[in-house]
Amino acid sequence: MIWWGAALMALLATPAFAVLPDEVLEDAGLEARARALSKDLRCVVCRNESIDESNADIARQMRLLLRERLVAGDSDAAATQALVDRYGEYVLLDPEVGGANLILWGAPLALLVLGGVAAGVAVARKRPAVEALSEDEEVRLAELMDEPARR
Amino acid sequence: MFAELGHFTLIAAFSVAIVQTLVPALGAWRGWTGWMAVAGPAALVQVALVGCSFAALTHAFVTSDFSLRLVVENSHTDKPLLYKVSGVWGNHEGSLLLWVLILAAFGAAAAVFGDRLPETLKARVLAVQASIGVAFYAFILFTSNPFVRLDRPPFNGEDLNPLLQDPGLAFHPPFLYLGYVGLSMAFSFAVAALLEGRVDAAWGRWVRPWTLAAWLFLTIGIALGSWWAYYELGWGGFWFWDPVENASFMPWLIATALLHSAIVVEKREALKAWTILLAILAFGFSLVGTFIVRSGVLTSVHAFANDPERGVFILLILAVFIGGALALYALRAPAMQARGVFGVVSRESALVVNNLLLVVSAFVVFIGTIWPLVAELMFERTLSVGPPFFNAAFTPFVVALGAVLPLGGMLPWKRGRLGNVRSLWPVALLALAVAGLVWAMQTGRSLGGPLGAALGVWLVVGAVVDLATRTGRGDLSERAGRLLRLPGADWGKALAHGGLGITIFGVAALTAWQDEGIAALDIGERLTVGRYEVELEGVEQVQGPNYIATRATLVAREGQRPLGRLYPEKRIYPVARMPTTEAGIDSGFTRDLYVVIGDAQVAGGWAVRVYVKPFANWIWGGAIIMALGGLISLCDRRYRVAAGARRAVTPVAAE
Repeated sequence: MIWWGAALMALLATPAFAVLPDEVLEDAGLEARARALSKDLRCVVCRNESIDESNADIARQMRLLLRERLVAGDSDAAATQALVDRYGEYVLLDPEVGGANLILWGAPLALLVLGGVAAGVAVARKRPAVEALSEDEEVRLAELMDEPARR
Repeated sequence: MFAELGHFTLIAAFSVAIVQTLVPALGAWRGWTGWMAVAGPAALVQVALVGCSFAALTHAFVTSDFSLRLVVENSHTDKPLLYKVSGVWGNHEGSLLLWVLILAAFGAAAAVFGDRLPETLKARVLAVQASIGVAFYAFILFTSNPFVRLDRPPFNGEDLNPLLQDPGLAFHPPFLYLGYVGLSMAFSFAVAALLEGRVDAAWGRWVRPWTLAAWLFLTIGIALGSWWAYYELGWGGFWFWDPVENASFMPWLIATALLHSAIVVEKREALKAWTILLAILAFGFSLVGTFIVRSGVLTSVHAFANDPERGVFILLILAVFIGGALALYALRAPAMQARGVFGVVSRESALVVNNLLLVVSAFVVFIGTIWPLVAELMFERTLSVGPPFFNAAFTPFVVALGAVLPLGGMLPWKRGRLGNVRSLWPVALLALAVAGLVWAMQTGRSLGGPLGAALGVWLVVGAVVDLATRTGRGDLSERAGRLLRLPGADWGKALAHGGLGITIFGVAALTAWQDEGIAALDIGERLTVGRYEVELEGVEQVQGPNYIATRATLVAREGQRPLGRLYPEKRIYPVARMPTTEAGIDSGFTRDLYVVIGDAQVAGGWAVRVYVKPFANWIWGGAIIMALGGLISLCDRRYRVAAGARRAVTPVAAE
């Protein structure tokens, strides 16, 4: 059974996790950049996983391509662009700011301002008509509050 | 036989639900007492029938009845009993059956505990609740029947998705559904109140326990799901901003807002129309969540049933119920005049800020979740919206919410002054000092760590100060006595708010200070990450009940101090033909040591990955404390369901 399982495992085996030891670049600085970039790139066949997390073969190829570009001296933006050129805008987990995406990026602030104004107007309209106590009233209130104690 | 019985009782429950929708609603409209009285018994009969149906399906799974298509597709004789049972809801059809069971159970609970509700309100609540049931029974019976038989039953099943064969995930869906569906009670109360044309303090008091219960379950469900993702998916992520996670998070955010605005209705009779709207929205987001998961329009880790036809059906349910409720709202809400007025600096205003931040953040999550769909349909761009967007867009709301929370919690109702929160100044100073200290101590230069620490201190100590203030003046023993006698709601508030602080700190700390190492290790070799070191002692093949595992044994040390052995596994489920990873985790109070084993490397050795996850357990610990706060608040005598109803028999008309 164990033997059969091992054979099956070899057949089915997908790498158990993301970045494999043989992918890691010698240059620690480059490797750190590669890791940071790959966290924001989506594996194209996976369900919502970055290539940094994914076990899929294609994710491995994407990681290798990214590292190739970095080793060749590309900037972060250029290396990312190389992946976008090959696999499409879909790989960007961090959506571009521009075009229609301005709606997406602008939404939080716009909603907050809209909601804030609406709430502000609603609260202001409900302000109590009675103003705070005048000084005389405060003094009188303090006297009243103290009376039971004096008795 | 049992399967047919289950099918039959499901149809019977469908019929009862139709009666429960029509008869009491008509009765309430015409004022016929006898017709209204049908609601209660009908709710009980309905839950009994759908309970039988659910029991029949569970029986089929437990006895591995492979003449049922659903059992074949989701079970296997070798599967442990726990997962045979959890397999009942680990699929589309069964999970919907659980959905309606919980829906009917909530209706029955309202019928039992709501015996002091005004007659017409009770009849309408139960009728609305049953009408939701009607829609979902129809959905199950016409598109997703779990009791379909096969002509030729196979000898064995195809096994459940191995990722779902885990104790954390076995109970994740039931809790989540208790939360989702619990919000249907708030919805039913809101629609019933709109039909009645009356919302008053008593209404606020009745709707709050239901919302609180739903929120409590949702909190536990989300925490379980996050914890499962952490230890099961193999890289220790706890939140992915996955569409399905967002689907549960949006109702949670709205439910949290609802919980707070219902307090304002109850105590001050203000924000009535807004609270009704929130109740409709909260359940609306539950339905949106169901739609996202069931339709598969947004691909995600969890989607197990992708069927456009089903999606259209749920969209239809969503349109009818939420559209209908919103139309009713537009018609009736202007009549809901607020009675309580309040100043700009007051508890009410602070709760308005709370509601604003929570609701806007829920919509931000919503927009981010559906944006890929919108972009594809309207702009022909195939794109993704991932964690970078959500982290950037959502975090400011959490920070603002955390910053305002202790202040708002201590302001008096109606009209306050900044002097009312004087006792919080030392807490603010302490939080700033902690942030500075953390900033100086940490190695990296992340802003998130110190910010999280400051918010954590601010919220936790703020909650303690709030409690202490409530004990009033006097000597210590006197105040301690009063502290113990404080109402459950006060304790619940402090715990929930403190728990939030702990979770925020855990998330910030883990994100900011995580450390990791990766290497190909031969037997006997070591890998060092920070102060920690692991040594690969051996790798062996292990036979599980329905899987085969490669199990590594690693010895972990912190400096010279041994931490014991860790056994990460890589499993293959031959029947389902899927691999899973089981991390080896050494859990600690201030950090988790998280080890994953990979494949044998071509150049020799095994791929081993080690993470140090600081304060990981605080994330879920905080969530548990929040849920505990909800539970204690729920047990508060004053909020017993329909307590105070006697007073409300002669209600003060709101208009």
